[in-house]
Amino acid sequence: MKIAVCVKAVPDTETKIAISADKKNIDYTGVRFITSPYDEFAIEEALKLKEKHTGDTTVISLGGAECTDVLRDSLARGIDAAVHLSDPDFASLDTLSTAKVLAAAIKDGGYDLVLCGHQAAGGDNSQVPAMLAELLDWAQTTMVLKLEVEGTTFKAEREIEGAHESVEGTLPAVISTQKGLNEPRYPGIKGVMAARRKEIAVKDATALGVKGAVGGDQLKVRIKEMMLPPDRPQGRKIEGDMDAQVKELVSLLHSEAHVL
Amino acid sequence: MSQSGILVFVEHRNGQLRKASIEALSEAKRRAQGQKVTALLVGSGVKGLAAEVGKYGPDNVLVADSDALSSYSTEAFTQATAEAVKKVDPRFVFAAHTSMAKDFIPRVAARLDAPCVSDVMALQQDGDNISPVRPMYSGKCWGVYEITAPLAFITLRPNVFAVGEANGSGATIEDLAVSTDKIRAKVVAVHASEGAKIELSEAAIIVAGGRGIKGPENWPVLQSLCDALGAALGASRAVVDAGWIDHQFQVGQTGKTVSPQLYFACGISGAIQHLAGMSSSKVIVAINKDPDAPIFKFANYGIVGDVLEVVPKLTSEVRKLHEHN
Ligand SMILES: Cc1cc2nc3c(=O)[nH]c(=O)nc-3n(C[C@H](O)[C@H](O)[C@H](O)COP(=O)(O)OP(=O)(O)OC[C@H]3O[C@@H](n4cnc5c(N)ncnc54)[C@H](O)[C@@H]3O)c2cc1C
Ligand SMILES: Nc1ncnc2c1ncn2[C@@H]1O[C@H](COP(=O)(O)O)[C@@H](O)[C@H]1O
Repeated sequence: MKIAVCVKAVPDTETKIAISADKKNIDYTGVRFITSPYDEFAIEEALKLKEKHTGDTTVISLGGAECTDVLRDSLARGIDAAVHLSDPDFASLDTLSTAKVLAAAIKDGGYDLVLCGHQAAGGDNSQVPAMLAELLDWAQTTMVLKLEVEGTTFKAEREIEGAHESVEGTLPAVISTQKGLNEPRYPGIKGVMAARRKEIAVKDATALGVKGAVGGDQLKVRIKEMMLPPDRPQGRKIEGDMDAQVKELVSLLHSEAHVL
Repeated sequence: MSQSGILVFVEHRNGQLRKASIEALSEAKRRAQGQKVTALLVGSGVKGLAAEVGKYGPDNVLVADSDALSSYSTEAFTQATAEAVKKVDPRFVFAAHTSMAKDFIPRVAARLDAPCVSDVMALQQDGDNISPVRPMYSGKCWGVYEITAPLAFITLRPNVFAVGEANGSGATIEDLAVSTDKIRAKVVAVHASEGAKIELSEAAIIVAGGRGIKGPENWPVLQSLCDALGAALGASRAVVDAGWIDHQFQVGQTGKTVSPQLYFACGISGAIQHLAGMSSSKVIVAINKDPDAPIFKFANYGIVGDVLEVVPKLTSEVRKLHEHN
C-alpha cells in the first residue's frame, strides 16, 4: 500500500500570538514550528498501516523553511520519504490553492491513501482534506476515530455531534484524523540519526505544473486584517463565606449577566 | 444574470432541523439585503420539514429528497449542493459549522472552484460584499477575510448567530433532482454516543470539570448541576487523558470548540489549549481552589474554593432560583 501523509508546520500551540506590523499576519519573530497536532495522528496511522499491510509511506509538506524540521521529525518517526513543496508563489495560500498544490504533488504518485489531520492548528480551517479529495476525484472521509483498510476498501468511524458514524468506502481515498484514533509514537534517537541522513525532495511550482495557477491573483480569499480578540471584561472574584458567595453568584448570573 | 442572494444548507437529524442551521438561515435573512434567500434540504422523506424551514423566512426551499440520500455520503451531499448552486446562482452559500459541513462543504467549494471561509463568528457588511471574521490560532487572534471571488462558501459557528422569528410563510417549495450514481464512501450506521445527554457544541450552558474534581467518582456532583441547569457536561484534556471520561466531552484545542451563553470551569486551571475551545463563551465562571489559577483572568465571575464543596451548593441555589421563577 502506498500512503501519503500531508503534514503542516505550524507555530507551537504554546506560542503567544502577536500581530505583524502590516496586520495581515501574525508576527513570526521567535516562533517555534511544530508538526500540527492532528497531523501526528495521521503520521502514526500511516506507520501502523504500513506495519500491518507493508508498503511505502511519504510525508508531504507545503510551506517555507519551517517545513524542513517537521519533515525530518516525520522521517525520524519512521516515514520512508519526504517531499517539500516550496516556492515563493506558495506564500500565504488560501485553502483551495493549498489543496491544488497538494493534489498536483499527489495525483501521479500511485498512492492508495492520503492521510491528513482534520484541521491544521493556526489557520483552524478544516478544509484542505475535503478539497484535496475533490481535486483528486477520490473518495473521502474526515475526523476518523477508527480506521481499517482491507484490499481496496476501508471502514472508518467518524465523530459527529453526539454520535459516531460508520463509513465504508473504496480506495483511493483521502482520510482525515481526529484525536482518539491512535497514540502517536515519538522519534527515538536512532530514528533521529537516520532521519538526518535522508534526503528531502523539494518541488517548486514549475515542477508541479502549477506555475501561475495558485497564489497571487489566483487567491479567492485573503486576510484583510488580523487583530487580537477584544479583552474579556475584567473578572470579579466573589468574597465572603461560601454560602453567601454561591448565593451572590447565582444572583449575578440571573440579574446582571442574564444567563440564568 | 450576475450571482446574487444566499443559499443556505439546512441540516436535520432524526426528523428535526439543527438549531445551528436555523441560526445560519436567520443570519442569511439578515444579510440578504433584499436579495433572494434559498434554503436547501437534503435527505430522504424530508419534504415534511420544508414548511418548518419556510417559517424562518427563505423565499424558496429546495428539497433534494430520494432514498439514495437517506444516509449521509460526502459525494451525494456534495452533488446535491453543487446542483442547488447551479440552479440558484447565489453570491454566498451558508452552512452551520458542524461535523457534516466540515466534511462536505469544502468539497463543494473545490468542485465549483470557489473559496470557503469556515467557523465564522461575525460578518461585516462591506457594500454588497461580506467580510467574514473568524478566530484563528485557537481564538488567540481573529482574522477579517476579504472575498475576491464571485461565489463563496461560509460556515458559521454554532451558538453565535441569533435565531430569527419563525413567522414566515411565503416560501415556495421546489424539488431538486440529484444524480447519486457516484458514491464511493458512505455512512452505513450511526451509533448514538453513550452518556452525552445534551450535545456540547450546541449547549447554551456547559459545566466542565478538570483535574480539580479529584476523580471520576465525582462526575455525579457535576452532573447534578448540569441537570439543574439543563447544561451539557464538558471536560479538560487532563481528565480525558487520565481516562476519567470519554474524549467526546473534551473542550479545547484538540477537543470541541464551544460558545455557550454560560460556561462553568470547575477545577480547571485555564491552560491556553483549554481556553482555545471555550474563550468565546459569553459568560465564564471559574471555581478553583487556587486564587492564582490562570482561569480567573478569563472568568467573568470566580469563586475561590473546593469544587466538591461549591458545586453542590450551587446546584441547590440554582434549583431554588428555578422554583421562584
Ligand atoms: C497540543 C496540545 C493540545 C491540548 N489540547 C487540550 C484540549 O483540547 N483541552 C484541554 O483542556 N487541554 C488541552 N491540552 C492540555 C492543557 O495544556 C492542560 O494540560 C489541561 O487543560 C489541564 O487540565 P486541567 O485544568 O484539568 O488540569 P490542571 O492543569 O492539573 O489543573 C487542575 C486545576 O484544578 C484546581 N484544583 C485542584 N483541586 C481542586 C479542588 N478540590 N477544588 C477546586 N479546584 C481544584 C487546581 O488549582 C488547578 O488549577 C493540550 C495540550 C497540548 C500540548
Ligand atoms: N501547507 C500544508 N502542507 C501539508 N499539508 C497541509 C497543509 N495545509 C493543510 N494540510 C493538511 O490538511 C489538513 C487540514 O488543514 P486545514 O484545512 O488547513 O485546517 C492538515 O492537518 C494537513 O494534513
